[in-house]
Amino acid sequence: MITGNIITDFCLLILFLPLLAFAINIFFGKRLPRQGDWVSVGSVLITLILSLSLLMNMFMNWDANFSYEAQFSWIDLGAFKVELGFWVDNITIVMLAVVALISSMTHIFSLEYMKGDIRYSRYYAYLGLFTFSMNGIVLANNLVSLYIFWELVGVSSYLLIAHWFEKHSAADAGKKAFLTNRVGDIGFFIGIMLIFTAIGSFNFQDVFAGVSQGMISGTLLTLAGVGLFMGAVGKSSQFPLHIWLPDAMEGPTPVSALMHAATMVAAGVYLTVRLFPLFSPEALTIIAYVGGFTALFAATIAITQNDIKKVLAYSTVSQLGYMILAVGVGNYVAALFHLLTHAMFKACLFYGSGSVIHAMHHSLHELHDHDTDPQDMRNMGGFKTKMPITHWTMVISTLAISGVPLFSGFLSKDAILAGSLAFAQHHPQHFLLPVFGFGAAAITAFYMFRLIFMTFHGEPKLPKVFEGIHESPKVMTFPLMLLAGLSFFIFYTLPYFNPISDHGWFTELIKAGDSVAPGNPTAHEIYDGVHHAHYPAMALSLLVAGLGIGLSYLMYMKHKFSAENWARKMGFLYKLSLNKYFFDENYNRFLYQPLLKLSRAVAYLDWDLYDKYFINGFGRVTNLLSKITGRIDYDGLDQILVDGVGRSVRRLGKQLKQVQTGRLQNYMLFALVGLIIILVIQTI
Amino acid sequence: MDNLNSYLFVSAVLFSLGLFGVITRRNGVAVLMGVELILNAANVNFLAFARFGGMNMAGHVYALFVIVLAAAEAAVALAIIINIFNNFKTINVDDVSELRQ
Amino acid sequence: MNHLLSWIIWLPVIGMVVIALIPRDKTELIKQVAAAVSGIQLALALYLWRIFDAATGTFQFMERAEWIPSFNITYILGVDGLSLPMVILMALIGFLGVFVSWNINKAVKGYFSLFLLLNTGVMGVFLALDFFLFYIFWEVMLLPMYFLIGMWGGPQREYAAIKFFLYTLFGSVLILIAVLALYFTCGKTFDMLVLMETAPTALNGVLWWGMSAIKVIWVLLFIGFAIKVPVFPFHTWLPLAHVEAPTAISVILAGVLLKLGIYGILRINYTMLPDGVFWFAGALAVLGLINVIWGAMCALAQKDLKKLVAYSSVNHMGYALLGMAAVIAASEMNGDNLIGAQAGINGAVFQMFNHGTISAMLFILVGVIYDRAHHRDIEGFGGLASQMPIYTGFVAVAFFAGLGLPGFSGFVSEAMIFIGAFPVFKTIVIISTIGILLNAAYFLWAFQRIFFGPANEKYNDLPEINKRELFTLVPLAAITLILGVYPRPFLDMVSATLNVLIDQVVSLGGLASVM
Repeated sequence: MITGNIITDFCLLILFLPLLAFAINIFFGKRLPRQGDWVSVGSVLITLILSLSLLMNMFMNWDANFSYEAQFSWIDLGAFKVELGFWVDNITIVMLAVVALISSMTHIFSLEYMKGDIRYSRYYAYLGLFTFSMNGIVLANNLVSLYIFWELVGVSSYLLIAHWFEKHSAADAGKKAFLTNRVGDIGFFIGIMLIFTAIGSFNFQDVFAGVSQGMISGTLLTLAGVGLFMGAVGKSSQFPLHIWLPDAMEGPTPVSALMHAATMVAAGVYLTVRLFPLFSPEALTIIAYVGGFTALFAATIAITQNDIKKVLAYSTVSQLGYMILAVGVGNYVAALFHLLTHAMFKACLFYGSGSVIHAMHHSLHELHDHDTDPQDMRNMGGFKTKMPITHWTMVISTLAISGVPLFSGFLSKDAILAGSLAFAQHHPQHFLLPVFGFGAAAITAFYMFRLIFMTFHGEPKLPKVFEGIHESPKVMTFPLMLLAGLSFFIFYTLPYFNPISDHGWFTELIKAGDSVAPGNPTAHEIYDGVHHAHYPAMALSLLVAGLGIGLSYLMYMKHKFSAENWARKMGFLYKLSLNKYFFDENYNRFLYQPLLKLSRAVAYLDWDLYDKYFINGFGRVTNLLSKITGRIDYDGLDQILVDGVGRSVRRLGKQLKQVQTGRLQNYMLFALVGLIIILVIQTI
Repeated sequence: MDNLNSYLFVSAVLFSLGLFGVITRRNGVAVLMGVELILNAANVNFLAFARFGGMNMAGHVYALFVIVLAAAEAAVALAIIINIFNNFKTINVDDVSELRQ
Repeated sequence: MNHLLSWIIWLPVIGMVVIALIPRDKTELIKQVAAAVSGIQLALALYLWRIFDAATGTFQFMERAEWIPSFNITYILGVDGLSLPMVILMALIGFLGVFVSWNINKAVKGYFSLFLLLNTGVMGVFLALDFFLFYIFWEVMLLPMYFLIGMWGGPQREYAAIKFFLYTLFGSVLILIAVLALYFTCGKTFDMLVLMETAPTALNGVLWWGMSAIKVIWVLLFIGFAIKVPVFPFHTWLPLAHVEAPTAISVILAGVLLKLGIYGILRINYTMLPDGVFWFAGALAVLGLINVIWGAMCALAQKDLKKLVAYSSVNHMGYALLGMAAVIAASEMNGDNLIGAQAGINGAVFQMFNHGTISAMLFILVGVIYDRAHHRDIEGFGGLASQMPIYTGFVAVAFFAGLGLPGFSGFVSEAMIFIGAFPVFKTIVIISTIGILLNAAYFLWAFQRIFFGPANEKYNDLPEINKRELFTLVPLAAITLILGVYPRPFLDMVSATLNVLIDQVVSLGGLASVM
């Protein structure tokens, strides 16, 4: 049994071990044997063990209300106090386990994938930094530490996306990720300020208590909620800040699996789950619409992408939209559940794509072909026989993401769809939300199978490259198999074995709390609604998933319909989707370029106009004035008046000089004459 | 004859002669001699006042001082004149003016 | 050590005399003497920190001596929580500055003499508690600066030096007028401690030319100090002076001299004219906002790295102004929000200190690359990350610290400022948060253009950063990092004093008397 201080120690170790690995690798990595990868792998494996023991402890306790807090004083100015600390409850423990698990798998997978990279130790160092920051988010018990680690995951994401910074596209993508996230963070920070100003504390519990006492309410509460949600929009890549995630695929694939699929982008969802009690009904509606729209919107882009990682990236955006939707309709346990299952199968899918890219890369390398894109699915096909493990694990994950029974995704997705359906039943005006959800489900099933069929089935498109394709080594397939295994329903429904009900340890140990914001339904009401909508939702979701898979099978396996024909027929829509609705172009044209132009204009105004003419103008005016006064002074005063006196004195002097003979005797004579004159005057 | 006025008269004549010498003479030595005359005119006055004016011994003492001073002055002045002669090969005071432009 | 403060101030002058006695060709010895003197000064400053009682908010280690009794001019020194961090900062930057200037080879003797004189001037301003003494040190600091920029600077050094000198002298004159105005209206004394007590009441209701005397003196002092900060629109001397000054002088200029302005406002305007604080706080916040946005926009457009860093100073000082304005949150009409006032003003002082360390780091780093590549054109680099990895690491640390990344001290102060100012200036704060986005934009964009992309063949042979440069950078980076992770050592040092300051402003000031 783990209690009290031991939990604190565990959390401290979980938090700081990866940071230690980061510090060691960044300073000494290159000089260590094997460039220090064992330091990172070792540290993250220890955190995995610690996290799993916390998880086991949770199972042994079986207490849905378990909660533990520890904090220390970070700032204390008298009135202004900030305390940072941990808040450990069942959600935290599950999240810690997810982060540690996926992070360990990534560390192991990278041993082979990144072998021979020029900045191998640097790469491992950054992974450590990321794991540290992510654990920090998970453990935070207050808004400040949440924000601190929030930004730190942003920076580790920046560093890892730009890992191959020699490529301009990678450097651009890193910067874009950081800046787009910062846009969201501004909203996040404004939300924090609104809440702190009203309540005077950053601690989650204090904040919830403050909200329930009505210290902040109405529009202000909605604004605060929307502000905090903006942070999630940025980090979880929701519309309209979704643009960075697909570009982030420039980073190494294991990084994409860890950060841009399983954990970091899920931090936004985690934030909304953590802060769920304070969202007002209006804020939740906004959240639901953003999430629902993103789910459908990103799915429609994923249909037409040809880059294997881009498909997965948009799929991630879409799945995150699902989770946000679930939070928005109040069913946040389902959001967390989907976060958990999604982390497993999406990481698996990314590792699978990494394995494929790795194989393509090696094959192309041996052919000395540096022009063919190793990530383009149009260059693949038929890899099933060459890479059986990768194929089967990816198929399992795809079944999971498509929502096929027996797999984990079915349970979590079903819960979300049921939630949105129940919400629409209560509020018929929001009928669009389930439409978004089911539409996205159908499209997801379609494009995910499209990916499988294009990559692993059919005829090889480039036979020569195909020859060189090999299954990846064990360090890469081990994580694949493990995560594919974790995509089966059984791990989430224990101790029960009902494959079509999500009832299990998760739903029993993680109970939804009531919202403290006025106007929201209680957790019980939400649960009831979801329960009633369960069967219709399941039937519908099975139907749409079947439709998507079937269509994909007919189109890409049986070639009953030609994808090219369809693309041509719907030329406009196809182009929109292929070009991601031209978001990047429009942001570039209407935001970045004007901003840069404005900045240049401001700089020009500042330096070339204001400083040069106005400030230097003072100098010039002074100069001119001084010239005028100088002229008056010299030509007038000095030359005429002052020098005039001088000149007249000199003239006088010249004349008087005659008297100065230099002869002593003359002077005496003058003196004598003077004396005589004085005497004469006196006598008169 | 034995009254103050006659002594003062002699002294005035001596003074005028000395002053005339100082003003008109070009020769340095002659100028010096003029100065001696002026000094001695003063001496005569001192002694006359000692005798008739009630200055008593103070007049004599001053006269002795003046004589000593005159001797010293003559010595210094002659040294200067010798130096001037060495530098300018003349003792004509008009020719040794360095101050004039 | 009875006269610790005097020692701290006058030690560099002693060093200057020693240097004056060394023959001009023994340059190594001159540098060593300068380093030793600054080192001892730093040790004294740290010792001062150790024995300083942070729990009381009053002046400590006071020194008082007759100077010119006929005009009531006294030699008064004292240190409190507001000046102590500035003294430590100056001692540190002064010490590191010697090593930054190690490569100076033109008129070494003159350079280091002036360098030490500058040190004395700045220390004097921070420690003087007599207005006359304060003003003298204020001017003493100007003069060496003029020569240091004008003789050891870049190609436009003479223009830059004269502009800097005249601009700041203009400010000094306004300060002098204000000082005399206070002298004659508040009982003919230059003693700041006395003025702090008498001025708030003595000036009540006094009208000059139909204007409140408080407003007149406030504005005079504010403009004088604002030029130093520099507050928009008095900021344009800064980029020029920074760009032309030699590296070490840019470091001191950005690291310490810019703080003098804010220090002056807090020390003088806030304590002696508390009514004016309420009258001017809104304008202060708006000016802060303009500084933030304007500085960031200008920085975004720069092609010269040093100019970019210079404009980033304008941007960063804007946050400090915003934080200072938050002091009025604690007044009754703003809801007695002591939390906001404390967060804001502590944040502002912390921001001053942080900007000192971060901008010093940035300027040293610019100097490092300029020494090697002989230009600072951002577009002219590219791919340096693979050629100079350690240097890149330090630039990354400095840039991330500059853009307010959590974990670095800049974040803590900026967050405190925003949180403190928010209750009073909601709109202004919300607009200025755009600044943190622009901050990130200009730093990251510059970083990408310099370090990312394919390696530039031209710079394959650039030597990596050397040990001396590392020695100057590591302490600064460590301070930024340590205070970012755990800011209490700093905040505990200043908070008592600033709480007294808030109390002074709020209890003595009110809007009624200046209306």
